[in-house]
Amino acid sequence: MTGVAVTGAAEGAQPGVEPVAPQRRRRLDERRLVAALFLAPAALTVLVLVAYPMASTVWLSLHSSDTGEFVGAANYLRIFATDTTRHAVLNNIVWVVVAPSVVTALGLMLAVLTQRVRWSTALKTILFMPMALSFLAVGVTFRLVYDESPQRGALNAAIVAVHDAFAPPSKYYGVAPRDGTGLVPADGGYETASPVPATLPVAMPVVGLPRDRIPSDAAPAAAPAAGTDLRGVVWLDFTRGGGGSVGAIDDTEVGLPGMRVEAVREGKVVATATTDGAGQFVFPGLSDGEYTVRLAATNFTEPFRGVTWLGPRLVTPAVIGAYVWIWAGFAMMLIQAGLAGLPRDVLEAARVDGASEWQVLRRITVPLVWPILGVVIVTLSINVLKIFDLLYVLPPDSSQDEANVVALEMYRVSFGGGLDYGLGSALAVLLFVLVLPAMLFTIRRRRRQRP
Amino acid sequence: MRPTRPDPDSGALSGSTALLDPAPVPELEPAGTAVRDDPRPGPLRRLAARLSSGAGRFIVLAVGIFWLFPTLGLAVASLRSAADNSATGWWTVLHAPSQLTLANYAALLGNARITGSLWNTVLIAVPSTVLVLGLGALGAYALAWLRFPGRDLVFVLAVGLTIVPVQVAVIPDAAIFRVLGIFGDIPAVIAFHVAFGLPFAVFLLRSYFLSLPGDLIEAARADGAGEFTVFRRVALPFAWPALGSLAIFQFLWVWNDLLVALVFGFNNPPITYAIREQTRAFSSNIDVIAPGALVSMAVPLILFFGFQRYFLRGMLDGALK
Repeated sequence: MTGVAVTGAAEGAQPGVEPVAPQRRRRLDERRLVAALFLAPAALTVLVLVAYPMASTVWLSLHSSDTGEFVGAANYLRIFATDTTRHAVLNNIVWVVVAPSVVTALGLMLAVLTQRVRWSTALKTILFMPMALSFLAVGVTFRLVYDESPQRGALNAAIVAVHDAFAPPSKYYGVAPRDGTGLVPADGGYETASPVPATLPVAMPVVGLPRDRIPSDAAPAAAPAAGTDLRGVVWLDFTRGGGGSVGAIDDTEVGLPGMRVEAVREGKVVATATTDGAGQFVFPGLSDGEYTVRLAATNFTEPFRGVTWLGPRLVTPAVIGAYVWIWAGFAMMLIQAGLAGLPRDVLEAARVDGASEWQVLRRITVPLVWPILGVVIVTLSINVLKIFDLLYVLPPDSSQDEANVVALEMYRVSFGGGLDYGLGSALAVLLFVLVLPAMLFTIRRRRRQRP
Repeated sequence: MRPTRPDPDSGALSGSTALLDPAPVPELEPAGTAVRDDPRPGPLRRLAARLSSGAGRFIVLAVGIFWLFPTLGLAVASLRSAADNSATGWWTVLHAPSQLTLANYAALLGNARITGSLWNTVLIAVPSTVLVLGLGALGAYALAWLRFPGRDLVFVLAVGLTIVPVQVAVIPDAAIFRVLGIFGDIPAVIAFHVAFGLPFAVFLLRSYFLSLPGDLIEAARADGAGEFTVFRRVALPFAWPALGSLAIFQFLWVWNDLLVALVFGFNNPPITYAIREQTRAFSSNIDVIAPGALVSMAVPLILFFGFQRYFLRGMLDGALK
């Protein structure tokens, strides 16, 4: 027999050392032939399409793809000398640091949460379902979720709704005074160019309000009746279909209700008023002196339009968000199995010996679950390093440079128009080197668990 | 030594390691089964029990809805016209249900590029799965029950290869397929998927074959059965659950693949490839993209809901690739 370790139940049935009689030898040869026949189809396929290409890729990475000359480490140096590729490597580091830990932490929380709660079976099914979907389908799904427009994208719609609940949008953003009517910009709002006497009604004509944003309670504008208190009118100085005169209230023009107006004296706001349906405002009690009348900035604040998720700045966190959505259920399932396997007798013995619940959790439960967290993190790290499809589908083409990772860049330089096999091979080898520690970890773990 | 079924109470992580490794996993509770009551709850369980009274239930509900939302959005978007989708969000169907229409799906059925690509996906996924199962089972049997020099080394190599990124092979394989005249065609895609699926299949099936009673094999051999007969009549039936899990995992892996199809399958693109082509003009093609993506999800979801037990094990084992 050879020195190869022999496993299997047949071991006991036959002696470890066999006498090499001619007949025996023939049988041994025959056995080896049978083994070869069983193994050959798989082995040949893997040798030709995986093993040889790996060696070939290393060779290619050391040669120029144009001339075929040996260039040493030049292709590898190019990875770090070019902005796009360097950025891809950096993004990969961000991914490996952030994604597995977020997924594992969330998985741990969900595992604890779903252990006892009713309906948790349904929740587990829902959380695990994304594992069945392709990265393409998830990419398409989240392109809709992350749509920049709050009218279309669910996430931005939700964020804008929450934001507006706390800080309602202004009614009159985009509105400005009509040119040549004596109103000037001030502090984000508009005011009379010079102080006006309280006895004289102030005319404040504005334009720039689209028809669909005219408030429903807007009534035809009317010049305020003469009086002793400071007063005036704010109206939309625009007659549909043309006509109308600048700075004068024409028949069809409407007042702008709810406009916040401030009376300013010597740089200080001394009173505020709000316009009524006809656009009129009055400052009761301000009957002497001169005031600057100002339309407050709050009338014109631009509305919050949500977040550009897939723009250059946030694209990587956004894609990681989609990744977490896919894998959280997977982490939850693995961790939950770990929790279920905790040795109850040990926990019980500790309690009998007088350990507090906290001590049990910290000294027994966490150390026992720790290995499973390690397996989850290593598994996800391998997966994260190879991630390609999600980044090829979810970010729009304009953000792909920003979202880039090594696996995506490898495809882009080799096949996506680049045909730079030297650089592509160097990137592939880099990817392999990055995966290598996880690979050794897995080989050790799986060999240790051999029957 | 023979692998024994993991005893739920024997070790700290027996349940989880069984789940990670392809020994029979009787105590794994797949989604869809109830959590059994534990007479002596541990600290985490007590915490969970306390949470369950009110807040826990609310959180579970909230998380569930949150997790369903993206898929629901895609489903509703696929039932709205491109004009509606570019004007408003999918949730507006709540107060304007008349937006819902099957027109996108009708148009999709008439779209030869999409229906052809769906067929291509089947033509790629089915042979890839069958070949990986067949060749993998043969190789795994040899590693488990036949003696030959270098067996241990072959096993270690197989384990190592389960993790190798496909990127390290694509460029040379493209050259090989060009020489063979299949670059860009379905056989190239299949060959590549098979080559990268085999190491894991061998690894997974080998441990199942090893848990087969050795006496059974010896008895069959003593009866004069050829090795192939032993493999087919004794070993294969025993490994049926593993073959099922592996089949689902491998089939989904190929069905959902985009990268291999992009590199090797451009003449006969599968559905993922065909939809990716459309995403360049995302919002104007949404009437093709959304229903197309949903159709491509249908098969994985059917497998998911129909074979949850196999699916769970296949995914958890397979995700370690």
